[in-house]
Amino acid sequence: MGGWAIAVHGGAGVDPNLPLQRQEEAKRLLTRCLKLGISALRSNLPAIDVVELVVRELESDPLFNSGRGSALTEKGTVEMEASIMDGTKRRCGAVSGVTTVKNPVSLARLVMDKSPHSYLAFSGAEDFARQQGVEMVENDYFITEENVGMLKLAKEANSIMFDYRIPLPSTCSAGAAAANNPIRMNGLPISVYAPETVGCTVVDRQGRCAAATSTGGLMNKKIGRIGDSPLIGSGTYAGKLCGVSCTGEGEAIIRATLARDVAAVMEYKGLGLQAAVDFVIKERLDEGKAGLIAVSNKGEVACGFNANGMFRGCATEDGFMEVGIW
Amino acid sequence: MGWAIALHGGAGDIPRSLSPDRRLPREAALRHCLQLGVSALQSHAHPLDVVELVVRELENHPQFNAGKGSVLTTDGTVEMEACIMDGKTMRCGAVSGLTTVVNAVSVARLVMDKTPHIYLGFQGAEAFAREHGLETVDPSHFITPENIERLKQAKEANRVQVIAQQIDYTQPIKQDEKSEVLAATGGSGDSQIGTVGCVAVDRDGNLATATSTGGLVNKMVGRIGDTPVIGAGTYANSYCAVSATGRGEAVIRATVARDVAALMEYKGLSLQEAAAYVVGERVPQGTAGLVAVSASGEVTMPFNTTGMFRACATEDGYTEIGIWPTEQE
Repeated sequence: MGGWAIAVHGGAGVDPNLPLQRQEEAKRLLTRCLKLGISALRSNLPAIDVVELVVRELESDPLFNSGRGSALTEKGTVEMEASIMDGTKRRCGAVSGVTTVKNPVSLARLVMDKSPHSYLAFSGAEDFARQQGVEMVENDYFITEENVGMLKLAKEANSIMFDYRIPLPSTCSAGAAAANNPIRMNGLPISVYAPETVGCTVVDRQGRCAAATSTGGLMNKKIGRIGDSPLIGSGTYAGKLCGVSCTGEGEAIIRATLARDVAAVMEYKGLGLQAAVDFVIKERLDEGKAGLIAVSNKGEVACGFNANGMFRGCATEDGFMEVGIW
Repeated sequence: MGWAIALHGGAGDIPRSLSPDRRLPREAALRHCLQLGVSALQSHAHPLDVVELVVRELENHPQFNAGKGSVLTTDGTVEMEACIMDGKTMRCGAVSGLTTVVNAVSVARLVMDKTPHIYLGFQGAEAFAREHGLETVDPSHFITPENIERLKQAKEANRVQVIAQQIDYTQPIKQDEKSEVLAATGGSGDSQIGTVGCVAVDRDGNLATATSTGGLVNKMVGRIGDTPVIGAGTYANSYCAVSATGRGEAVIRATVARDVAALMEYKGLSLQEAAAYVVGERVPQGTAGLVAVSASGEVTMPFNTTGMFRACATEDGYTEIGIWPTEQE
């Protein structure tokens, strides 16, 4: 083995009723991002630059839950978070509570490269962004009509959840959705859950691993809620042996320190990449639903999920390429 | 098997020349907090309640870097963070960016107990604390003269570091410049101190950990350290409970707390071996320390810094309170 490998994801936990057109759109975006990364790898761009590049592309597209197209807080605003890690020296950067920075993953990169810290949040992160001269926009740039609609449904779904004496009116779409679709994640019916955190992990020809994850977080989340995506060891991890990016129910991923555990199981139990991925998905998630993508320094790629689906794509230097949802 | 408890008041470059008026009150506080925790365990309090109780006490003590006595951000303000985790259920709670809440660890506990989330930050965390009627005060309550001085020294050290970079290294450094650089960057020595924490296990093997801090002196506003990052500064599962301290950035990269447990779980190391390995091999010298207890009632308190304010006790009567390495180490 050896050679480069790349994997991207657009979230674990997929609405089984997702219209075919949306599925095709998602696959096209994943393919486009994969090709961007492949082209960069062929030009010998280091892994850390490739993951940033690819996640920026995912953030800029409104389709998935990151950057533009992020899920909305309970107040209808957007608060984004991201993290990035460079496996060679395990340097890392993360941001939370970002509201005006166009590409949170790039801000996370700057925290890693240009600040004495690893993690900046809220107004401190925004101040740093201003100092660094990154591209900033109004918060409503990130808000899409579709998510405004989703937020409304999520609020309805939450209030329905809490009062079981009230029969579900058949006109209530959230109620109908919940009735037809028993899948719930983080307490919300899958149709309004908006799981599509994005991420990318890469190993380059020199065997250097890197990973990055970016998200708008949970639909209808409390202001200030931080999930797994910016937490090194939970949503993102990269070391000498592998790179990992996770997605799904944030709280479950945090409890499982999912990303770190893939690497720990390789380091401390000597498992190979796929075995490590399978192990953590099976053993570490208990009732939580999540997924992850991973690459090894040997040029392998793997993914695993216990949710009903995960938007993903992966490719290796020897010509293997696959994009999938289920 | 029996209960065990360990607590810390921060690892760092604590000089052996620390004056009695700075050393004695802290030793007394460690002793007092240890006794509080031991009594609670003897009364069969759940480890989660024990660690919260002890950390609240450490937060209230003005000479540790948490709650009152927190180090200051570069703007001269206080931003506190904390985390708590239950080993059996792996439930956890964390907060960052608190400015008016007296006990950050109790906010973290509420996040764990009363929300479907794990981590709340900044204004959201403050609002949540207020909603739940937690005690809040004016931000100036947390600021101590000691910390105003530390911030001043840290800013001075940065300034001198900048000057040092401009010195022409092809010429020998003049004696007075060199001592100025050394004095400024060495500072009072204890400006590296970060964090308080407590870990406990009861007779039934229930484990819990809690950590709380004001963070890094002169930190950028909004900087989050290892304390609230599950797996970095704080972690508990069915094997052990860990609370770490030191240079946050180093603890995060090494996922210190999780790695102690992972080494026990995946490599079969004992608590002592796992903790010693992580502190010895996974973080740079001078950057970290931790306290940990195992499900079977063992305790360990390794550190690779000059010192770590610490105390521990086990049901069979062992007690230890210390700052610097003991003779055997």
